[in-house]
Amino acid sequence: MMRAVSAAEIAPTTYPWTVHAENLVVRAGRHLAVNGLDLALGTGVHGLLGPNGAGKTTLMRALATVVKPAGGRLTLLGDDLTGRADPRRVRRSLGYLPQHFGFYPRFTVREFVEYMAWLKEMPSAVVPGAVQRAIERVGLTDRADSRMKTLSGGMLRRAGIAQALVNDPQVLLLDEPTVGLDPEQRMGFRDLLRELGMDSCVLVSTHLVEDVAVACTDVVLLHEGRLVWQGSTAELARQGGAGNAGDSATERGYSALLHAYRGQVAG
Amino acid sequence: MTTHPTSALISRYAVGAADVDDATVWAVEAHLESCAACRTLLADAVDPGTRDLLGRVADGIADGIATGPGPVRRRRLRRTGVAARVLPWLATAAGLMLAAVVFERTFESLPSLVLLLSPVAPLLPVAAAWSRRTDPAWELLATMPRAGLWLLLRRTLAVLAVVVPVLAVAGWWTGQSPALWLLPALAFTAGSLALGGLVGVDVAALGLAVAWSAAVVAPSLAGRRLPAILAGGSWPGWAVITVALLAVVLVRAADHRHLGAGRT
Repeated sequence: MMRAVSAAEIAPTTYPWTVHAENLVVRAGRHLAVNGLDLALGTGVHGLLGPNGAGKTTLMRALATVVKPAGGRLTLLGDDLTGRADPRRVRRSLGYLPQHFGFYPRFTVREFVEYMAWLKEMPSAVVPGAVQRAIERVGLTDRADSRMKTLSGGMLRRAGIAQALVNDPQVLLLDEPTVGLDPEQRMGFRDLLRELGMDSCVLVSTHLVEDVAVACTDVVLLHEGRLVWQGSTAELARQGGAGNAGDSATERGYSALLHAYRGQVAG
Repeated sequence: MTTHPTSALISRYAVGAADVDDATVWAVEAHLESCAACRTLLADAVDPGTRDLLGRVADGIADGIATGPGPVRRRRLRRTGVAARVLPWLATAAGLMLAAVVFERTFESLPSLVLLLSPVAPLLPVAAAWSRRTDPAWELLATMPRAGLWLLLRRTLAVLAVVVPVLAVAGWWTGQSPALWLLPALAFTAGSLALGGLVGVDVAALGLAVAWSAAVVAPSLAGRRLPAILAGGSWPGWAVITVALLAVVLVRAADHRHLGAGRT
């Protein structure tokens, strides 16, 4: 299905980066989960990698305007999110799939995505079409009118992706989107990611290095709340040598970079 | 787009004349999308064969729409979103008021329990309607442009639309003045929204309910007399407090943009 392009979408941007963080500090409880992060992301699919507790989810929540940064500067689509500014304009062009995806069990998939579209302040005339398109893109068309509580884990994940996509977001934040998807669905999802990355900034947090190798144009590696490395997927694959742990070139690159960073911090 | 293409240009565009360059084609197309008058000119400019083809395509599409599945019915009530989760708390509030009525009619020597409990009756469902603990999609709600004071007020009004009739029945049954049960209930609701901007609406509502019970309800039951703040002439005071708290809520609207995010 085609969608008409509005004047707002082809207007030139007035900011250099879609997502721009400078010396960003974000708290998770009392702990500084993101600590002095510098990051600049443009259009494309960016894979966010890092060990457990690296601050991936906290960074995602700060970008999704759930938590306010405790320090530094964070700019999304040219709007500053650190001051007392109204985040509403940014939120309209945001899509977010949280790590723990909460839903209303008695809603059908369509009702849920529709409710989220309403919360995203989409004009009511475009909502039904946008909802149908989002559900088709994640391959849930035949379950669109089933209640959420009857869906399997992978289907729920896809319903979560559908609600994130429904407003054609310019910034799409997906926190572990491939959890619970079977291999075929994951391949379909990678195609979807590539398609989305053509004209929006997609940030995918994941533990699966292979997802990043196949679907992402660019990799962001975090460790203990700081940026360790940022570069293209091919460059990541070149970082590793035969001596590093891992089964693929990308995995070896990942462990080589982490190992080098840990050594640098300790030394 | 104020200048319309000439009818000669539209007819050359319609027949696909070679002397119309690409840039002109795009400009004409962009104009036609937004100008019904020029589209009428276009329809007259095409040759009969094309018009016939377009007619057949339109008929085919109309047939397809008529025989295909109908549009999905939209259920607007779902908009309240958390209705299902708030229902038990609404039932609790209604049950509380019913118990108050029964007590008041049975034990005539006690101070009016309906008046003592009506200020806190809306607080439980209000707390449930705007809480991380009861709303499963809270994390998503916190990223939504519509999340903020207006959505909170919408949910609060939905709660009041149920609680106020219950209070009205209880008040009418026990013969209490409407100003003495309605105004304190509204004042406490507005108070929990105003305080909620700082500590979270659920904490504020429950805190106010506990404070009122400890400071007013328990001493009046122990002393067996109604406190002065619920006596007949006190309603102007409650009205002033309600209006003042509502003003605070509106002035501090920005407090509700960030939904007090905590640990997940």
